[in-house]
Amino acid sequence: MNVLIYLLPIALALGLSGLFAFLWALRSGQYSDVDGAALRVLSDDDIEGTPQR
Amino acid sequence: MTETIDLSLYTKPAGDGIVGMDLAVEGIACGACIARIEGAVKRVPGVTEARLNFTNRRLHIAWADGAVKPAQILQVLEDNGYHGHPFEPLRAEQEEAIEARRLTRYLAVAGFAAMNIMLLSVSVWSGNVTDITAETRDFFHWASALIALPAAAYAGRPFFASAWRALKARSLNMDVPISLGVILALGMSVVETANHAQHAYFDSAIMLLFFLLVGRALDHAMRRKTRAIAGNLAALRGETAHRFAGDELVIVPVGALKAGDRLLIKPGERVPADGAVLGGMSEVDESLITGETTRRKVTTGATIYAGSMNYSGALTLKVTAAGGAALIDEIEKLLDKAASAKSRVMRLADRVSRVYAPVVHLTAALTLIGWLFAGATLHDALLTAIAVLIITCPCALALAIPAVQVVASGALFQANVILNSGDAIERLAEADMVIFDKTGTLTLPEPRVANSAELDYGLLQNAARLALSSRHPLAAALAREAATRTPFEGAVEEPGRGVRVTIDGAEARLGAAEFCGIPCNLGRESDGISHIYFSCLGQALAIDISQKLRSDAVAVIKTLRAQGLDIEIMSGDHCDAVEPVAQALGIARWQAGLKPAEKIVLIETLRDNGRRVLMVGDGLNDAPSLAAAHVSMSPISAADVTQAQADAVFLGERLKPVLDAILVARSARTLMTENLWLAAIYNAVAVPIAIAGAATPLIAALAMSGSSMLVTLNALRARRVKS
Repeated sequence: MNVLIYLLPIALALGLSGLFAFLWALRSGQYSDVDGAALRVLSDDDIEGTPQR
Repeated sequence: MTETIDLSLYTKPAGDGIVGMDLAVEGIACGACIARIEGAVKRVPGVTEARLNFTNRRLHIAWADGAVKPAQILQVLEDNGYHGHPFEPLRAEQEEAIEARRLTRYLAVAGFAAMNIMLLSVSVWSGNVTDITAETRDFFHWASALIALPAAAYAGRPFFASAWRALKARSLNMDVPISLGVILALGMSVVETANHAQHAYFDSAIMLLFFLLVGRALDHAMRRKTRAIAGNLAALRGETAHRFAGDELVIVPVGALKAGDRLLIKPGERVPADGAVLGGMSEVDESLITGETTRRKVTTGATIYAGSMNYSGALTLKVTAAGGAALIDEIEKLLDKAASAKSRVMRLADRVSRVYAPVVHLTAALTLIGWLFAGATLHDALLTAIAVLIITCPCALALAIPAVQVVASGALFQANVILNSGDAIERLAEADMVIFDKTGTLTLPEPRVANSAELDYGLLQNAARLALSSRHPLAAALAREAATRTPFEGAVEEPGRGVRVTIDGAEARLGAAEFCGIPCNLGRESDGISHIYFSCLGQALAIDISQKLRSDAVAVIKTLRAQGLDIEIMSGDHCDAVEPVAQALGIARWQAGLKPAEKIVLIETLRDNGRRVLMVGDGLNDAPSLAAAHVSMSPISAADVTQAQADAVFLGERLKPVLDAILVARSARTLMTENLWLAAIYNAVAVPIAIAGAATPLIAALAMSGSSMLVTLNALRARRVKS
């Protein structure tokens, strides 16, 4: 079972990186407009040459 | 005189010579609006940033200071078919946003810790029945402790702080057993781990925190959502005033008015602030304040109140109190009294927790004493008592009510009802009687053409189209009948008399009888009906304008009655105006000419007789009775003060939201009770197991997550609106 000695910290580190990613996303306002983000992905105005409506 | 809009109140410096402004935007219908609005605003030279938040319909813009006039951006929005309203976030809303973010952080940390500890715990549990070595188990327990202790110290703060406050005030709240349970469970688990024991309760303690935080975050999210909507509504209503700056007239937002300002109030405008008339003569419609539909003549020296509608002439006003700060004294006094009486109503959740917290402590204490008497060691007795504390802690209870409230308020929002307070749902469900105000509540807030069916359609259309060129309130009512929204070209308004225009070579006139060359006897004279006249090519129309019932009022009243609610009308208007409305709706009990104080006395008498009254009203005169009633609603067109008092506000021109609100609230109330019973049954099963000393961490985990999931799923049923 010695393998646990390093597997467990690795698992925890992975989990922590997920936690910090979430906290970063929260702080940078990724969750402030949940409905809008779902719709923005459909807009094409970031593609060069598309006529803007 | 030139008119400029001054929006400096709403712009905020953002550093580096950039200024920003927030706008609440009206008219956003779909996702394409995002690109259209942002694109249009960004094309204005000087604008550096335009970002639309689709969730709360707010647009943030920033520009280099001096490069853009804020009014320009409003115009750009207007040209694209949207209305932008400058917006100042309420202080309370900002504080709630910070609190929400903090709660989400706690929730994230608790969730992370719960998942990782559960991973370790499941290994231990399966190892315990197979072949785990004592060393591996200890290692896993220490790893759990390493995660659990810092996580609990961080994520448990809202509970610890609240429990500490309660203890300092020598009282008990729900957070006291929670904090005690978590701290004792963690402490005991550390001791047990040090003694190489088989069981540790790190997972239970952290999972408890996680579920409780979910409940709290839900509760908070709902309050925040209603607050954001309320903030937008306030901005959308945000009216402007014409203020004299020397000889010039400047359009300023009402929020910028100060006592002493001089304002010009044109015909057809609402009075933006209380004040004294300095000059001019007019009639004002004070139905929003007193409920009375007869207009009052005002002249120099008269006092007029915010919310009155100016009818016939322009007035110069000296502001005595801005922002509706000074109410009519009588109303203010009544309001204070009624509001203090209301705070006695206790929320369901509070009632439950008041009983529950002592029971939890008592059960745990009795378990400890019982086991000691039965001859168990102090260690074993303590272990069992802590298990009882953890098991009885109200995971499901903490979720039972907030989850239903969140789902129900979503359903209400779809039914065009916006809640001002979270516990309004419970009180709405308890209502057994509805009292309506008449003006603006049962009837539409603005008058309408009453005799359109009797009039020649072609002529009426011409009259209505001509009415588009006038600002007079009666003309505005007529203009609603117009099929096209383009006014006649070259229409001339003669203030106080009417409008005229040449159509196909013939002159058409709309306005007072003599202005149209009509002898006055054409119209039927009766109370509550105003007349406006139209003449064209020798043909004449007498158009009756009066208050009109909301289109679905009759059906809604009938359904409300079928739901077992008593209906009554209490109006401040005079008898002749109330009687026809009561008859049309088939309401037998109605009272007219009531003063605010009389309305309160009537409501209090009803309350003393055990009735729970839902009061629906819009006028300033209704504000005290809204506060006195068990629960209250007001239409969005209501006076500001009244809306602030109402537990819920409904949108649109129909009365159906009132019915929907009651139906949704009743089904939500049923679900809340069901959820509380589910939580009680869970306790009835789990507590004896814990008292018997058989609650292993596995059983605790299953029981806690199982019951929490059950109540959440049950709460989702509140989404369906019965109609």
